[in-house]
Amino acid sequence: MHGTRILDEADRLMTVCNSCRYCEGLCAVFPAMEMRRAFSDGDLNYLANLCHACGACYVDCQFSPPHEFNVNVPKTLAVARAESYAAYAWPGALSGAFARNGLVISIVAALSMAAFILGFAVLNDRSVLFGVHTGPGAFYRLMPHNAMAALFSAAFLYAVLALVMSVRAFWRDIGPPIGSRADGGSIFQAIRDAGELRYLHGGGVGCYNEDDKPTDRRKLYHHLTFYGFLLCFAATSVATLYHYLLGREAPYPWWDLPVVLGTLGGIGLIIGPVGLFMAKLRRDPALLDEISYGMDVGFIAMLFLTGLTGMALLVLRETAAMGPLLALHLGAVFALFITMPYGKFVHGIYRFAALVRYAQERRSEAGS
Amino acid sequence: MGSKYDVLVIGGGNAALCAAIAARRGGASVLVLEGAPKFYRGGNTRHTRNMRCAHDAATEILTGPYTEDEFWEDLLRVTGGQTDEVLARHMIRESKDILNWIVEQGVRWQPSLGGTLSLGRTNSFFLGGGRAMLNALYLTAETLGVEVEYDAEVTDLVIEDGMFLAARLKRPIKGETEIRATTLVAAAGGFEANIEWLKQYWGEAADNFLIRGTPYNRGSILKMLLDKGVQEVGDPTQCHAVAIDARAPKFDGGIITRHDSVVFGIVVNKHAQRFYDEGEDIWPKRYAIWGRLVAAQPDQIAYIIFDSTVVTSFMPTLFPPIAGQTVAELAGKLELDPAALEKTITEFNAAVRPGTFDHTILDDCRTEGITPPKTHWARRIETPPYLAYPVRPGITFTYLGTRVTKEARMLMADGKPSANMFAAGEIMAGNVLGKGYAAGMGMTIGSVFGRIAGREAAKHARN
Repeated sequence: MHGTRILDEADRLMTVCNSCRYCEGLCAVFPAMEMRRAFSDGDLNYLANLCHACGACYVDCQFSPPHEFNVNVPKTLAVARAESYAAYAWPGALSGAFARNGLVISIVAALSMAAFILGFAVLNDRSVLFGVHTGPGAFYRLMPHNAMAALFSAAFLYAVLALVMSVRAFWRDIGPPIGSRADGGSIFQAIRDAGELRYLHGGGVGCYNEDDKPTDRRKLYHHLTFYGFLLCFAATSVATLYHYLLGREAPYPWWDLPVVLGTLGGIGLIIGPVGLFMAKLRRDPALLDEISYGMDVGFIAMLFLTGLTGMALLVLRETAAMGPLLALHLGAVFALFITMPYGKFVHGIYRFAALVRYAQERRSEAGS
Repeated sequence: MGSKYDVLVIGGGNAALCAAIAARRGGASVLVLEGAPKFYRGGNTRHTRNMRCAHDAATEILTGPYTEDEFWEDLLRVTGGQTDEVLARHMIRESKDILNWIVEQGVRWQPSLGGTLSLGRTNSFFLGGGRAMLNALYLTAETLGVEVEYDAEVTDLVIEDGMFLAARLKRPIKGETEIRATTLVAAAGGFEANIEWLKQYWGEAADNFLIRGTPYNRGSILKMLLDKGVQEVGDPTQCHAVAIDARAPKFDGGIITRHDSVVFGIVVNKHAQRFYDEGEDIWPKRYAIWGRLVAAQPDQIAYIIFDSTVVTSFMPTLFPPIAGQTVAELAGKLELDPAALEKTITEFNAAVRPGTFDHTILDDCRTEGITPPKTHWARRIETPPYLAYPVRPGITFTYLGTRVTKEARMLMADGKPSANMFAAGEIMAGNVLGKGYAAGMGMTIGSVFGRIAGREAAKHARN
């Protein structure tokens, strides 16, 4: 039937669910399913990425295990989702990074941080590395700004390129017909749906994680993480503009915009990932895709490390620890950037594309 | 020694939980004994999706008013008048308040599901389906302090002169015990999963019935009550039964094994003969008669036959249709006599009169000159592949029950009301449903009489 066993299982489940439809009010997956009577690989990957793993359909399903129909949509779609990341990865040669993703992320992160520490140690005098630096340009006494900007721009641009190529393959696979574009209204709708995590709500009461009671706080922790990440990104962008447009060099005082954004973001990036990790520890094993545990935790850990080293750097930037901490923070951020296309980060990109597609389908259905 | 509980509820579905919650809110201590394991809790409620309640105006999820009178007329029509008017009208009146009350117990509504015809005005659907509804009721009950035991098989009821004293219980680990309570609410369903009992009325045919709910609906509480002098109500052969896919599991196939394709084709028995007007009325008004129709056919099997032109006219099915490029090939796969099936289809096709097809109204596509006729939606079956679903009777729940008063109090065989025994749900559905069925009625009976039973039981226990 399909290319993989998990897609065969997803097809079986969608056939069961499409003849039931009790869950259609819970999220976007089931209404999207109802627009189809048969499911291609692309359709199933679309539905898999549309699923936010709130768990409500499992708790509500009269056919979930131990019933012989063995309907477990959240877990099946979680596995299919993870496999879709590898299937659409660009370049294809690197899709293997998803197979043992926890290990890959760990090694890349370790090597990246080691490289920065080593680089700082080799290129700087010991007194500079462990010296106390203050005032504008303090950081750049350890690494010239242009070198920093060039290295991170290159890493970032590569990540963007790889992500664009990956999501392009995904978009082609989930239809509409090749050549059609996403319309502005659908994109705006998807931004709203993603921004508020509209479908991570268990149909309104909240999500399910450890048992059949809707007590899950993942939405909150995800917001902290996601908006924390965006704030940190904004902090870096503002600082870059300060540097090139205003000629103002970091470090900036605590009340200045880049630091305020970075501090708020950093707090989010520390609390959010911890909350998400704790939720994962408590999650009902029936809902958990154990195979992707490494990938999930690897990404959570990278975000946490980025937030933690960033905050440590902020607090200790006027001490002798600044040099080593800067190396660690840059190492973490660099690793985060270059592993973006090959780790859990991609879930946000594919889910967003799926939400755009869903908004399109809803609009064309309403229009017809 | 005093009673341990004010109210003992036996059963774990919609009726039982509404009773438990109402009794607890009325100040009573409540124990719920559910015979099934936790996953299978709730009897048929886990397979339901909506409830039929009267309402005077459209709501957020209902498209228009459904008055008490209209509800009563629908009930009168489907039961052919075999109903208790006082009880039924009381239930319909109370159903109006249930729409709000059930929401206060944590249940959430949604508009009628995609692919369900003609229920948007009359029936309120549960968000997430029946198991979601149950989960909400259990959560509310437990939060209020109702105690619940699963795998709690009641082996005997101690009843003296119409007065409940205690229930004997066999726990899986702790063994036999006796539970005393001031009042009893029996909400343990019908006996549809008890094939031996069904055979008393249906004979060997019952072996070919499929049971749409769990194997735990064995009617043991109903039997104990009737054996101990509670007045019986209802015809034991009457039940809510639909035609479901013959490939469905024996138990608990639930909603997804049903077929909505009858009106788009013809239905033949194992001799490849048609036996009933497939286009008599719109499907929501006729789906509930096909279980009994198939039960009356030889070997309790029938085949819905249609062609490739109508495949997308009804909801996708769990089991794919069986296909043949010719009628003979299809007959071979169904193990029907090819010549007989060809003859039936040829005669049917020849009898089809021209008309304008519209499945949402009683259209003018009909047959002439064959018996039985197909009075609406008759179109020739002539475009290969030819397709078929094999169907068997799928029993949802039985109507034999305990007679009750408006207060949901059981009546004893001598006509006197029981001192402290109440019943709600399918175990007393026969008071309202003498025969026939209209979508969502079972849940109305459960919630309305469950709430009444709990309220009255608490009142009695606290006096």
